Amino acid sequence: MRPVAVVGLGKTPFGAFPDRDLKSLAVEAGQKALHSAQVTPQAIEAFYLGNFAGPSFVGQNHLAPYVSTALGIRGVPATRFEAACASGGSALFHAWAEVAAGIYDVVMVAGVEKMTSQTTARVSEILAGAGDCSGEMKAGNTFASLFAMIARRHMHDFGTRKEHLAAVAVKNHANGALNPDAHMRKPITMEQAMAGKLIADPLNLYDCSLISDGAAAVILAPLERAPEFTAKPVRILGIAQASDYVALDQKDDITTFPAVRRAGEAAYRAAGVGAGDIQFAELHDCFTIAEIIASEDLGFVARGEGGPYAFEGHSARDGWRPINTSGGLKAKGHPVGATGIAQICDVALQIRCEAGARQIPRHSLGLAQNLGGSGATCVVTILSEA
Amino acid sequence: MPSHEDPAMRTGTVYTETVIYSAPEAFLNDVPYQTAIVSLDGGIGRVTGRVIGDRVVIGDRVAEVEERGGVPFFRKATE
Repeated sequence: MRPVAVVGLGKTPFGAFPDRDLKSLAVEAGQKALHSAQVTPQAIEAFYLGNFAGPSFVGQNHLAPYVSTALGIRGVPATRFEAACASGGSALFHAWAEVAAGIYDVVMVAGVEKMTSQTTARVSEILAGAGDCSGEMKAGNTFASLFAMIARRHMHDFGTRKEHLAAVAVKNHANGALNPDAHMRKPITMEQAMAGKLIADPLNLYDCSLISDGAAAVILAPLERAPEFTAKPVRILGIAQASDYVALDQKDDITTFPAVRRAGEAAYRAAGVGAGDIQFAELHDCFTIAEIIASEDLGFVARGEGGPYAFEGHSARDGWRPINTSGGLKAKGHPVGATGIAQICDVALQIRCEAGARQIPRHSLGLAQNLGGSGATCVVTILSEA
Repeated sequence: MPSHEDPAMRTGTVYTETVIYSAPEAFLNDVPYQTAIVSLDGGIGRVTGRVIGDRVVIGDRVAEVEERGGVPFFRKATE
């Protein structure tokens, strides 16, 4: 396997854009990535698209060539990857594998979701398709309620408190306020975060990520060719994907995600680094409890200590190891298929020192964690200066 | 003795639960409602279902009272 680098990146702002369709969002992100890598569409040898539910959200299937041809990328393999909220990460993992194996040199990985043309109740129903529709979802669960049940058990087993969850929301909103591309650019207070409208007890509105439209794209190339495209390549030091049960009731312990632990351990091994070396991270905060558990499963803190860790400010932008300086899914927004690629862009922006007002001082080694469903897929990527 | 073949007889302990206030389209009329993952007696695994009647918390004993469309409905056990 040869080393691979991110040599170009681009994303749209995230938000609710009634005038934009799926194709125009994906094309904007793709064109920005091509421009960033100074390559033409003709140079792209394969196209990978992360998209969770285009067929349900906008009624369009066969999305990879639908997007790639609109970008002027013609004739090459164009494939869509679906792994719920980890669709983007999964597309990236497979693109990386094919470049690392020497099958292709220059490829584009994009992620896109157009969600806001549906009502919230319909969005809940579409998202529910990422759970087990023969069991847990038939009982009336939503993704919020699955994570509410996870939070309840985490509180029961470890003493995690509602304040700990709220601290994650307050932190990520503060970060999102500094991100010009974030869906929600509004700081919130602890009092607001504690008093939000209940969605699924104990999770309230502020514990939940946003329903957003958006797209992101990266260009990958072998590290040795990176200088042809950019003065600031970002190396994929380690990447791994892992899987687990889709249904929550099949897991022995719902307060930990084995797929996150497995993908994390494999990525650390590939990168030759440990959890303690990671300087900052973008973690998959689809719900506040998910960021807390991810920080535990990735070894940033011991099991059960993720709540106090966030509450005490260690993961704040000025903390010891900032988490979600982009605002995370919570404030940046969560266009499902785009999220895994946007996380890579946000880590790369910090490493390239292009993160603007949210730039952090220690930024040479970062991690992105992209979770699918209630933990059935996880992709962990470790990125560094080249 | 509870038996797997007779789901109406299943009993167990609440492993986790939530009360849902924001529902998918098909359940909008039921809001608010409680769902739970129940560890079934007899070591036959866990199942996700609805809770009717009194609200339950982790550790509560529950008994299945009916099944609707493949979904078990539990009620807090009285003993």
